[in-house]
Amino acid sequence: MSLRLKTRTRRQIRGAVALPVLGALGVLLLWGFSGLPAFGNFHGFYGTLLTKIAVPQRHTTNVVTAVVFDYRGLDTLGEEFILFAAVVGVLLLLRDQGEDEEKAEPPRDAVTSDALRFWGLIGAGGAIAVGLWLVAFGYVTPGGGFQGGVAIASAIVVCYLAGSYRSWLRVSSEEVLDPVEATGAGGFAIVGLAALISGLPFLRNLLGPGEVGTLFSGGSIAFLNWTVALEVAAANVLLYTQFLEQYIAPMVRGRE
Amino acid sequence: MIVATLVPLQATILGLVAIGATCVALCRNTLRQIVLSGVYGLTLVILFVVLQAPDVALSMLVVSTVAYPLIVLVAIARSRHGDVEDEGEGE
Amino acid sequence: MSYLLYAIAAWICCVGLYGAIVSRNLIHLALCLTVAQSSTYVLLLGIGYRKQAGAPIFKGVKLGTASVDPVVQALTLTDIVVSVTVIALILSLALDVQRRKGTVDPDAIADFSG
Repeated sequence: MSLRLKTRTRRQIRGAVALPVLGALGVLLLWGFSGLPAFGNFHGFYGTLLTKIAVPQRHTTNVVTAVVFDYRGLDTLGEEFILFAAVVGVLLLLRDQGEDEEKAEPPRDAVTSDALRFWGLIGAGGAIAVGLWLVAFGYVTPGGGFQGGVAIASAIVVCYLAGSYRSWLRVSSEEVLDPVEATGAGGFAIVGLAALISGLPFLRNLLGPGEVGTLFSGGSIAFLNWTVALEVAAANVLLYTQFLEQYIAPMVRGRE
Repeated sequence: MIVATLVPLQATILGLVAIGATCVALCRNTLRQIVLSGVYGLTLVILFVVLQAPDVALSMLVVSTVAYPLIVLVAIARSRHGDVEDEGEGE
Repeated sequence: MSYLLYAIAAWICCVGLYGAIVSRNLIHLALCLTVAQSSTYVLLLGIGYRKQAGAPIFKGVKLGTASVDPVVQALTLTDIVVSVTVIALILSLALDVQRRKGTVDPDAIADFSG
């Protein structure tokens, strides 16, 4: 009891100390922001230039995707490796915990409502289609490998929500997903190296720009887009697998 | 014409975003907080749309509807399991 | 309106950090961090916004039409997706703490180890 009282007072002290400090931080931030151009009056040279040259140069109508996968492709490679490293960290931390439960039989928790199974299946199919569409047309209309990858992973989760944990295990086997994720991460670097091998700088777009506003535009942007989609989708499904196992494991133990 | 009406719209949605952030940060109950966080995510999606950033809005949409709630709910479920003495305190 | 967005970005950052400081649950703390992080999205997109301009997507739009800045949007959209895995990492650290110490209250953990 005395312990709880102590932690409560400690939290109160911490809050009381935090308020003036955060107030000072807020003032500092506001002072810094007041040096920025007023809202709506920004004329950054780099961005303005890119909106003018991206379409004639790369023939991609979505300039944001052109920036992500071409003009600032190296940054995206870095972001991909952050994603990769974070997923590896999650796998290492959580896999250790589930070791003793690995032998246990996965529970039979099939959803019994036919309506839920039926509409769940239709919903999952629709969501996968939307995800693939987001990836495929990512450099023509809003979308791209990052958003589409998460959408595809979310669609696969419906297999658990409307199906069963067993059917989820079938679509999320680590033996398949680990290589897929690695292919996604490595593929980005390989597309970059391909440019290096053909005597151009790393990640230089080495294919022809193609036709404006179609899927055949942007050169290597399309390839980078799909490798990112692979990696993001596989990474998210792996995360969901690890977390769902955390949820299922105590239920299995409770039954025994 | 469309752009001219954007400014009051943007100000309204900015207000909603500020309220949403405050609610999420000051909510004590973790379960309630994740629901609020989903709503806050959706206000951010609308803000990004009116700031002419459809790519970012899509990104926020796919993340805040499935990915965050799923992993956080599982973490809550797991952290309450075997944590009996603290269970009443959070409610 | 001209500086309202920046003020709100500063507010979101501070309120998110405050929530994290007075938090009594590591999972709650991670969600407060996502709030503080979202202030950077609001700020970056606010900086890149331009009056009387459209989205930087030229499908069916005449080239040369004024558009908002694409660079800040590219920064933000990759960060949002990557942040999910980083939050998942923080949450699995929290679950690891729960397994070792039996609680996710940061103050209780300080007591046990101190």
